[in-house]
Amino acid sequence: MRIHFKKRKSYSAAAAVLTPVISFIISLLLTGIMLAAFDINPFKTYTNMFQGAFGTWRDFTETLVKAIPLILTSLGVATAFKLKFWNIGAEGQLVLGGIAASGVALFWSSWLPPFLLLPVSILVGAAAGGLWAGVPAILKVKLNVDETLTTLMLNYVAILAYDGIYCGPWRDPNGYGFPGTAQFPAAAWLPRLSGRAHMGLIFALIIAALLWFAFYRTKWGFELQMIGQNKKAARVLGVNIGRNVILALLVSGAISGIAGACEVTGIARRLQQGLSLGYGYTAIIIAWMSRLNPAVCVPVSILMAGLLVGGDSVQIMMGVPSAMGKVMQGMILFPMLAGSIFTEYRLVVSRRNTDISEAEVAK
Amino acid sequence: MKKNRVVLVLVALLLISLPVFAGGSQEEAVAETENSAFKVAFVYIGIPGDLGWTFEHDRGRLAAVKALGDKIETAYVENVPEGPDATRVIRQFAQKGFNMIFTTSFGYMDPTLEVAAEYPDVVFEHCSGYKTSDNTANYFGRIYQSRYLSGMVAGSATKSNVIGYVGAFPIPEVVRGINAFTIGVLKTNPKAVVKVVWTNTWYDPVKEREAAVALLDSGADVIAQHQDTTEPQKAAQERGLYSIGYHSDMAGFVGDSVLVSAMWEFGPFYTERIEAAMNGSWKSQSYWGGLADGIVKLSDFSPLVSEDVKKLVLAEKKKIESGSWDVFNGPVMNQSGKTVIAAGSVPADGDLLGMSYFVKGVVGTVNQ
Repeated sequence: MRIHFKKRKSYSAAAAVLTPVISFIISLLLTGIMLAAFDINPFKTYTNMFQGAFGTWRDFTETLVKAIPLILTSLGVATAFKLKFWNIGAEGQLVLGGIAASGVALFWSSWLPPFLLLPVSILVGAAAGGLWAGVPAILKVKLNVDETLTTLMLNYVAILAYDGIYCGPWRDPNGYGFPGTAQFPAAAWLPRLSGRAHMGLIFALIIAALLWFAFYRTKWGFELQMIGQNKKAARVLGVNIGRNVILALLVSGAISGIAGACEVTGIARRLQQGLSLGYGYTAIIIAWMSRLNPAVCVPVSILMAGLLVGGDSVQIMMGVPSAMGKVMQGMILFPMLAGSIFTEYRLVVSRRNTDISEAEVAK
Repeated sequence: MKKNRVVLVLVALLLISLPVFAGGSQEEAVAETENSAFKVAFVYIGIPGDLGWTFEHDRGRLAAVKALGDKIETAYVENVPEGPDATRVIRQFAQKGFNMIFTTSFGYMDPTLEVAAEYPDVVFEHCSGYKTSDNTANYFGRIYQSRYLSGMVAGSATKSNVIGYVGAFPIPEVVRGINAFTIGVLKTNPKAVVKVVWTNTWYDPVKEREAAVALLDSGADVIAQHQDTTEPQKAAQERGLYSIGYHSDMAGFVGDSVLVSAMWEFGPFYTERIEAAMNGSWKSQSYWGGLADGIVKLSDFSPLVSEDVKKLVLAEKKKIESGSWDVFNGPVMNQSGKTVIAAGSVPADGDLLGMSYFVKGVVGTVNQ
């Protein structure tokens, strides 16, 4: 006897809606049981979490601050995943975008007119992120090198380069030796909308809208979809797979690069530690939960940011250890992901081998 | 396509309903904060269970709670990264009605000042920085004095004449500690050198251990550190070698292989400052107390330290406490042997606070 997943040929709209809702309720129940086991009042905890993340306008702007890089990186990841190109490298692409944008902000202010400094920073950040994703794309297309490994490994290269740069050559000479560059000139500060929520939000929303349009309303989007679903068929139909992979990855990396550029110009206004906080990895979960739909990535990112911000708030108000916040975040995500698997696949218990081969064909 | 749209609407609904959820329970939260206790917050870079830096701050917090009882109410957030996240956490405390906020890592300096400017009625105390404002004081201790004493013990214990030092960041605070430690080492063992490895993190048990192991592999037989956890000390103990503790009395957590620890005692200071803030006598200041003030200490010695060494160290301790001599009184030479503090001269605190060169006997570079 074997138990395996079988892809559903189709699923109802009701299932698509109900699954995340039911998953979320199950998450809250499971987490509640765990909290109660530790003598922490689950209702109060949830209330505090919601309040911390969405309770006041000020709290909400802080949630948006966290949501901006999550939206952007999840859009980047979704673009690559559309082709079933497993770009695990959004973190590195974000970091490289941050480094490049910082370089422009710090060193080009002497010859660039002030009004160009910020846009050039962000564009160079996008270009750097795009190139960082382009390398694995070219390796994949030309040499068939597995992209999961290359994109993941390049994260470490980017993060180490970033550490080396802000601790070393770019360190603020007047900073008492503390790692971090000097503050950028004011011309390179990304304007803030409210609180610390910056214009990156607008970029994120525009990019989400453009991507949604590209995915579902253009020939290019259709080609990406086709490559993702059936490479052979796409090739037979004359789709240039190599070119599309490289192009999509340049776009994917560029979006994450913009996330990094916005982080350094909008929040820290210098290159310092705390740029790489794992947004690029959380983005993978978000893209997955959003079923690679750019329009869904936005609200899911905001919810996820709320979860992160709310976790800190629970610590403040209830004295819950930070590890408990992380466990709660994990326990809330787990049933959501499980739910999305059960929407697309169905569990099959089979006795005969024919079933299995059929399932494999379906895959 | 339709399915996606339904999901979208649903998620949007959920989002909209969240503030409503939160609104319903507002009363409860307000009722909770109605009691008149003075609310004091702490922002931690690690966890109190690190048995080092944050452990000491939390011990200080608990001492204040013990001293002031239910006149105060305290809360803390742990594992707050230096950088943008710190601003949010500090602001949340201020916004939730906390009266006084202690931020206990160097990188919280600018975030603390940023929030302090927005909340003039809240008082802030930042540990280990150099900036202040009307409602932001800073505080720190002359831990270099304890470092010097612990260096004397390390110098007498090494057989390979190589002492490994795991350093967090090449900032003056850490550099000063390494220098004071090295001056102590050379006092008891002029042939020894102190090898420095940077981790670029305050709190990362894995990196701290790896750095200690690298130093042990390169011939060090005593490990000292400027990190937040006991991992470097444990790495030394596992090889049957000695170490010097920092922050807390680490012998209690690791064993007798920790010969002595340079440690903190924040409790009395926290109690005093909180009381001052409560009765309105609090003023912004830059506090830098030493062994004589009790904010820094030397732990008890391990039974493995000989009586002769103990006697020598305690005599030096007395000298420092009396104020007749301090660690960086000249002559002090830099790595290349050039005299940087002339014989007989006493450096100003400002020079010590900005110290960014290594003294003779240190192997390593300040600029990576």
